[in-house]
Amino acid sequence: MLMLFEQILNGLLVGSYYTLLALGLSIIFSLGGVVNLAHGAFYAVGAYLTVLFTDILGFGLAFLITPAVVGLIGIAIEALFLRRLYNKDPILTLLFTFGLAMSGEQALRLIFGASGIPFSIPEFLSGQLHVGDFLYSYYRLSILAVTSLSIAGLWILFNKTSFGLIVRAGVADAEMVRVMGISVKPILSMVFAIGVGLAAVAGSMSASLTGVQPAMGNDIVTVAFVICVLGGLGSFWGVVFAGLLVGILKGVTALYFPPAAEGSIYALMVLVLIFRPRGMFGVKFERLE
Amino acid sequence: MQNHVKKENLTRRQILKTSLTGAGAIAAGTLGLPSLVTAGEDTIRVGHITPRSGFLGTLGDYGFRGVNLAVEELNAAGGILGREVDLFSEDSVGSAVAPTKAQKLIEKRKVHFLVGEISSGSGGGIMATANRLKTLYMQTGCNSDALRGEKCNPYSFHIEAGNTMYTKTIGNWQNRAGNVDGKNFYMLTADYAFGHDLARVSTRFLTENGGNVMANELIATGTPDYSPYILKIKAAAPDFVYINLAGGDQTTFLKQYKEFGLPFKVSGGVMDTAGFWAAGIESITGYWQSLWYHGMQTDTSQAFTKAFVEKYKKPPENQAWGDYMGVKIMAAAMEEAKTTDPDAIIGLLESGMDFDILKPRKGTFRKSDHSLLQEMFVVKVKDKADMADKWDIFEIVEASPGANENLDVIQPTQAENACNMG
Repeated sequence: MLMLFEQILNGLLVGSYYTLLALGLSIIFSLGGVVNLAHGAFYAVGAYLTVLFTDILGFGLAFLITPAVVGLIGIAIEALFLRRLYNKDPILTLLFTFGLAMSGEQALRLIFGASGIPFSIPEFLSGQLHVGDFLYSYYRLSILAVTSLSIAGLWILFNKTSFGLIVRAGVADAEMVRVMGISVKPILSMVFAIGVGLAAVAGSMSASLTGVQPAMGNDIVTVAFVICVLGGLGSFWGVVFAGLLVGILKGVTALYFPPAAEGSIYALMVLVLIFRPRGMFGVKFERLE
Repeated sequence: MQNHVKKENLTRRQILKTSLTGAGAIAAGTLGLPSLVTAGEDTIRVGHITPRSGFLGTLGDYGFRGVNLAVEELNAAGGILGREVDLFSEDSVGSAVAPTKAQKLIEKRKVHFLVGEISSGSGGGIMATANRLKTLYMQTGCNSDALRGEKCNPYSFHIEAGNTMYTKTIGNWQNRAGNVDGKNFYMLTADYAFGHDLARVSTRFLTENGGNVMANELIATGTPDYSPYILKIKAAAPDFVYINLAGGDQTTFLKQYKEFGLPFKVSGGVMDTAGFWAAGIESITGYWQSLWYHGMQTDTSQAFTKAFVEKYKKPPENQAWGDYMGVKIMAAAMEEAKTTDPDAIIGLLESGMDFDILKPRKGTFRKSDHSLLQEMFVVKVKDKADMADKWDIFEIVEASPGANENLDVIQPTQAENACNMG
């Protein structure tokens, strides 16, 4: 029983991290209708830049600068390419982001090589916290803190600021926002930058936990897509809830039947889609109906 | 992915000959794009097949570099049998695709032999294809014993060591150090052909020598988070954590195990140097088994390392060695046999011809299962202060088998892994 409780708590910790990646995907889809298949590539770029910047500036500054740089790359890509595809057949954005994912991975391979790059947890975040029989690493607790702050910050940004008001209005009816004299273009760029910036934050944090190698985003971004579908694309708290649920489900399945741990989330997705095709908390998008 | 770029000067005759392949193919040839036309008859064509993506992609990249260097060196020295060597390379992707890629290399590219692969699932399919199409295959990265046992065939030769060889190398050493008898082992196993086979072989060795395997967790490849398993290890409190993981999964586990700071030692049924490099010196410790390490002090080994570093700006590891050896051994055998005829070469390889395999002792293929009789090595992770550079992570402790032992002693016996060539 104690073991189950420990796995649930650990699952919440892991799930919060998945949530960060999934939220980025979700907000990019909500406003622009873009299913960003290149999200994993931005995640990987985040990890590589963190390794690069840490050598020069130390981990703390690297962690702050990386999402900003990836966000700027995102703005450039959105303005140069994606913007031309919004009103076209959705298959075009799918193809573009798919191509971007492959180009991104190959670019990393060309620049940094195919081999994994060693990168350790920074000294000031290493160590473990023992609470009774429970064990937590300081690094994972710091990830929980970062994701909690990011989620809170995003919620405030989208719900308590004038920027958020325009974004929400744009999600509901972009045409009406334009009629009101507000240009949606910079808003779309900003939202894309925030979305890929979140992927970079997740990549930064994972650099010390997994191998930093060009294909590192491939597996984890699939989990992020599952979370988006489970929670319902466009639903902020739906994605947060689904992220935590996925973390717990993987942990509990690993406890009782490890071979199914990775597959369990796909089984859950099938179940949810049968009963709620729009996801658990999915919202209705007029323009996509 | 097609890596070979073959520029051709098209003559009218060639255009007529290849017209069936379509105008697009001709255009591709003239533009210097991957050629779709059948390769010329005058070259020795090598078909390299290995995963270039996914969790084995990093190892595959080393293999690709190794095979490229071998071909480059051969051509600089006049080729094989006086003929230029052409390299055709394919990403094997996975077990569903690999046999088709192998067939394409054999039938379309008309390769004289195949070399490569890392995944035992894919390797079994490539072996079956090579056998069916009567083409030689130098298998360089698949560890599953089953490929040398129930799946063995006359056309496949194994440069990579099998799971039993890895297990006996480290197991015999640990046994002598008193780290097996009466000890509890907690296994984490990759959930595919290689892992299942390794868990079976490791469990047999450990239990035969008085050890107790308290758990064997099957884990999907590419798992990004090991924390649920690490918590289970904490609760089980074993003497050793025993990993049967491959490629990038070794790296991820070692980093996260270090993160949790558990006191139990880590050992395992396999060790890939590239995975340990990526984990970093802080995350690794203890004694491991190695097929080949660039710190090997033999002249030919150092020459290979030097050439590799000059070309790629980093040292080779065991997979680069394997694919490099695959081409070099076939080249030596063809020169000795003075022919490319597969059956003649099989006869020669089975006759006990020995090869310089960049280790202190030469290697020969065992006739019964085509496994390369060779030394392996017990290596110790260095202290950070003793490292000459970031690649210098191991110190070679001893060769296995020892200098006075028969190379056969770490191989599976016929009873352990029966092979019937049919």
